[in-house]
Amino acid sequence: MRPDRKRQLITAALVAPAGLWLFVFLVLPFMAMVVFSFGERAPEGGYQAAFTFAQFANLPSRAAAFWNTLMIAPVGAFLCLIVAYPVAYYLAIKSNPKYRLVLVSLVVVPFWTSLLVRTYAWMYILGSRGIPNLLGMIGIEDVRLLNTPGAVLLGIVYGYLPLMIMPIYVSLEKLDRRLLEASADLGAKPVSTFFGITLPLSLPGVMTGVALVTILLLGEYLIPQLLGGGKVFFIGNALVDLFLQSRNWPFGSAIAVTLVVVVVIVLSVAMRIAWKVSGSRQVDLV
Amino acid sequence: MTKWYRENAPISAENLTDEWMRLKRGSVTRRHFLGVTGLGLAAAVLARQPGLFNSTAYAEDLGTTMSLATWPNYHDPASFEAFTAATGVAVEVNVFGSNEEMLAKLQAGGTGWDLFVPTNYTISTYVKLGLIDPLDMSKLPAFSQATESARFTSEGAIDGTTYALPKNWGTTGMAVNTSKIKTKIASWKDFFEVAMTEADGRAMVHDYQLTTIGSALVSLGYSFNSVKPEELAKAEELLIKVKPHLYGINSDYQPGMRATDAWMTMCWTNDGAQLNRDMPEIAYILGTDGGEIWTDFYAIPKSAANKPAGYALLDYLMTPANAVKEHIANGAPTTDSRVLALLPADVTANKIVYPDEASLTKLEFGAAVTLTDPARAELMARFKSA
Repeated sequence: MRPDRKRQLITAALVAPAGLWLFVFLVLPFMAMVVFSFGERAPEGGYQAAFTFAQFANLPSRAAAFWNTLMIAPVGAFLCLIVAYPVAYYLAIKSNPKYRLVLVSLVVVPFWTSLLVRTYAWMYILGSRGIPNLLGMIGIEDVRLLNTPGAVLLGIVYGYLPLMIMPIYVSLEKLDRRLLEASADLGAKPVSTFFGITLPLSLPGVMTGVALVTILLLGEYLIPQLLGGGKVFFIGNALVDLFLQSRNWPFGSAIAVTLVVVVVIVLSVAMRIAWKVSGSRQVDLV
Repeated sequence: MTKWYRENAPISAENLTDEWMRLKRGSVTRRHFLGVTGLGLAAAVLARQPGLFNSTAYAEDLGTTMSLATWPNYHDPASFEAFTAATGVAVEVNVFGSNEEMLAKLQAGGTGWDLFVPTNYTISTYVKLGLIDPLDMSKLPAFSQATESARFTSEGAIDGTTYALPKNWGTTGMAVNTSKIKTKIASWKDFFEVAMTEADGRAMVHDYQLTTIGSALVSLGYSFNSVKPEELAKAEELLIKVKPHLYGINSDYQPGMRATDAWMTMCWTNDGAQLNRDMPEIAYILGTDGGEIWTDFYAIPKSAANKPAGYALLDYLMTPANAVKEHIANGAPTTDSRVLALLPADVTANKIVYPDEASLTKLEFGAAVTLTDPARAELMARFKSA
């Protein structure tokens, strides 16, 4: 066997399990969803074979949910970025290397607890017996924090922060410190060094973090349900309701297909812009 | 240093009580409770003793686990502990907030439930879709048709075949924290008005089309079960107007009410009784303009993996001595006169649980059509996403 042929075979063998996995659990279900999205709701709920565009025509009835999701996902990702960048910067550049591993672990450790449990904890912190109770002691009565859009945003930033910190940390850690010294030697102020060197070089990490958080937020359902009290409605919540309450599988499939299409469009546009901004350098998606 | 003799015991009486209260509050899991108290081990050992607990009723192999789908705050956890001790079968409990959700799970298949708790108006649909089995009454000797009240139990049988046995009946009313809300609330009309004024940001409705849409319909003077487009449109208008003023849309409203985050909610009898028992300032009110009266049943899914255990638990819960404990714990009224006779007087005298007949006359049982009506389902979805 020729060496390159052998190499190809090894590559194929290594990729096959993941490829099979993706085909069976991603491609096939997605195809089923596309088929369902042209069907009809059976009289008692579920799916009934048909060929109709009625489900797609009905999409505007969930416009509010799409709008909420498409607004909150980027806003949440941006807030995450604002909070995460200084933390990642401190970890990668300012912190004592001796303690760096411990500090990085502290960022990751909360991930070992289920997001559900951590979000429930926020329900108690924001509920009447938590912060509003403390506010009551200093005379500010009957403040309501839980079940508000603010609570949802807080939960999102809290829940997704590590996903933003880690990629930025990794890209900052690779940063060549000699560039910073050179910049200082040549008389640049710290601020212009940051915006001229540090930030542009960490952009791949920033983009990865923003993409990761945005994609996950587009499918978020738990946090709005628990911290928004069922009033702050994301497309994820619309999907859960369609499959678990009204049992309208075709319409749910149509929304899911649309969501996937929207995500792909949003991401490719965002990546194109990011690619241009970071000066025609290749930007890794994940 | 010598040890006090009790330190070698697995757990002290005080600790046992503490752990028990933690389990009841839901702060710890059953597994934790059984572990720290040693009860799990004790039960496992005792269960192996032939003739000690296993009666002839459990002659079949029941396996070691079964799964129950039910509603929030709806059982005495001790019932399942006792059942496990008697049979060796551990009961996994799944909690749902609407009948639609239970139906959706069963339609999708693979639930693994061996017993579940559907409400009266859904049973005919489950039968029509072939999702539940007729019950083999020979496996349910503890059930007594003669002592059941036909008013509440008739929907368990279709064309003379019994598909479901009654768990308890109840009403859908309003729980109001009277130390926060001074306006007198007597009707669903009052409920929605106060939700937009005095209780702004503090009222809850169910995440459940039947009661949320039904109660809105009642407040406008229509039937709880209406599927007429013009009446539903009016109800939708009201719900969407109320939505910005709501605290939440959730069928698990006890945590919010107990923490006083919420001051007023749509509420089922058993939750009303539990809330009022622990916080007397929370009143339970039936709408003078109407509302829902219901019966919850036990049924066995056709797809059940462990039917023998499903039957065993059902028979266990139908046994009056066991049912009494359930009713005392969850505060829902019984349909079985044998159980009624065993209940303590303070329970049967509780007007939340056993209201005067006069207050029930305007209430309606849910109708089967509401479960599958696409217009009601879409209305609920539009209300939630508005």
